[in-house]
Amino acid sequence: MPPPVIVVSHLAKSYGSTVAVADVSMEIDQGEIFGLIGPNGAGKTTTMECVEGHRRPDRGEITVLGLHPIRDASALRQRIGVQHQEAQLQKRIKVWEAIDLWSALYSRTVDTDDLLGRLGLEAKRNAWFMTLSGGQKQRLFVALALIHDPEVVFLDELTTGLDPQARHAIWGLVTDIRERGKTVVLSTHLMEEAERLCDRVAIIEHGRVIEIGPPGDLVDKHCPERRVVFTSETVGVADRLRSVLGAHTVESEGTTHTLRGEGEDFVTEVIHLVAREEVRVRGFRTEEPTLEDVFLKLTGHGIRD
Amino acid sequence: MFKGLWKLTWIETKVFMREPMGVFATLGIPLVLFIVLGRILGTGQASAAAPVPPPFNVPVLVALIIAVSAVISLVAIISIYREAGILKRLRATPLSPVTILSAQVVIKLVFTLISLALLVLAGRRFFPGAMDVNLASFTVALLLSTLSILSLGFVIASVVPTARFAQPIAAAFLYPMIVLSGLFFPLDQLPQALWVLTQLFPTTHAVSLMHGVWEGSGWGAHWGSALALLALLGVCSGVSTRVFRWE
Repeated sequence: MPPPVIVVSHLAKSYGSTVAVADVSMEIDQGEIFGLIGPNGAGKTTTMECVEGHRRPDRGEITVLGLHPIRDASALRQRIGVQHQEAQLQKRIKVWEAIDLWSALYSRTVDTDDLLGRLGLEAKRNAWFMTLSGGQKQRLFVALALIHDPEVVFLDELTTGLDPQARHAIWGLVTDIRERGKTVVLSTHLMEEAERLCDRVAIIEHGRVIEIGPPGDLVDKHCPERRVVFTSETVGVADRLRSVLGAHTVESEGTTHTLRGEGEDFVTEVIHLVAREEVRVRGFRTEEPTLEDVFLKLTGHGIRD
Repeated sequence: MFKGLWKLTWIETKVFMREPMGVFATLGIPLVLFIVLGRILGTGQASAAAPVPPPFNVPVLVALIIAVSAVISLVAIISIYREAGILKRLRATPLSPVTILSAQVVIKLVFTLISLALLVLAGRRFFPGAMDVNLASFTVALLLSTLSILSLGFVIASVVPTARFAQPIAAAFLYPMIVLSGLFFPLDQLPQALWVLTQLFPTTHAVSLMHGVWEGSGWGAHWGSALALLALLGVCSGVSTRVFRWE
């Protein structure tokens, strides 16, 4: 196992009397997409900015690619790519000018035509920044973060405010970055995004990591319950199911019946049962718990509260 | 340390030029002011057209306004860039902080030079004889003055809360300084405390230097003003490295 690319131990950072990060520790491995998830104000951005070397932590140790983010800042900047949340560009700068400026600053750069092509921006080369759509702006920021072929890419709230279509396009780009062997650290408050993209996530709440792991594992660990919901007009079906599965696992509302259970085989068991009992079913779906449910369970509140 | 400075300066220049209103305000307004005031008041010596000597030196006032406008524009740009996160984004690159700000200073100095050149051309066209001064010396005096006031601009930019207030706040600092620069009335008429205050304004020394150079006295007679401008440049640069806010 190669050593982790990023090691953070007991990071803390306050602004005046406001504690942004209380205690964050994590290790991020080469080639993974790692997500920091949590509500706005949880400390995701501050954590990222400390790791990038843009903020000086009050306490704690950070190494990135074996370097110290502050002491080795100039060496590190050549090897990491950063997309800051809510940071714009000059309104009237052209796309190619931004690309040109950025590529002049690094000792090593990728083929920028190829990069613009990959990000679907070649037709926008001569457009002013202010005329780009939200999705195009974000793609340009991704381009600027990738221009020097960095080993680690930090993407802070990359898809916030984008429409679903643009969001899906960005997700494609992020997985492409991983395909190229890079490490991606992203923050998001969209649980669907974290679930779709991330190999591992750290759930951050009030400046602390409250859980860390692959999204699927976290769901299995904290929300093992599976649900099957079906509609059936067969009279007495609920009672028949209750007698087999146990009363507490069956909930009925009119003709809609919800069955709860745990374990990999639960859904299969229900299908067999329904077939065995010869229940006529009009609708049948399974409900998988999501990262959102995990978050709700661990924090007692939803992400958007 | 200055890696990327010329590229950034060139791009920022193009960005600036793409906003016609900004360019007009920078280059057009001093020019119009010069021609109008020159017509009404004369441009220096008493002449047939203006038998009464003008109440103040019009070219020096216009030069001061060029410098002050450059500074107000700088404060506005810095505030907008800060609010939009442009400063933050640039700072995340290998560009050094000094380079990012120097690009703006270089642009302001270049446009100050262009503005002065337009002034000289207009003077030659509309006010024959009025521009027979040591222009090289005057150019240096104006550049030094602008640089010194620009450094104050970085301090002002640090106290501006949002971009919306950038122009009015910068104007609130700088317009009274123009009034109290010694151009319109002798400063020794002022109460002592106010007089001391005026000596802390770069504009006061700028007027003293530019006026002296315009009137034909050499730098030897005005090294005090030049030194004061340099000292204020040093102090303001030092202060702004401590108080400047990038976000």
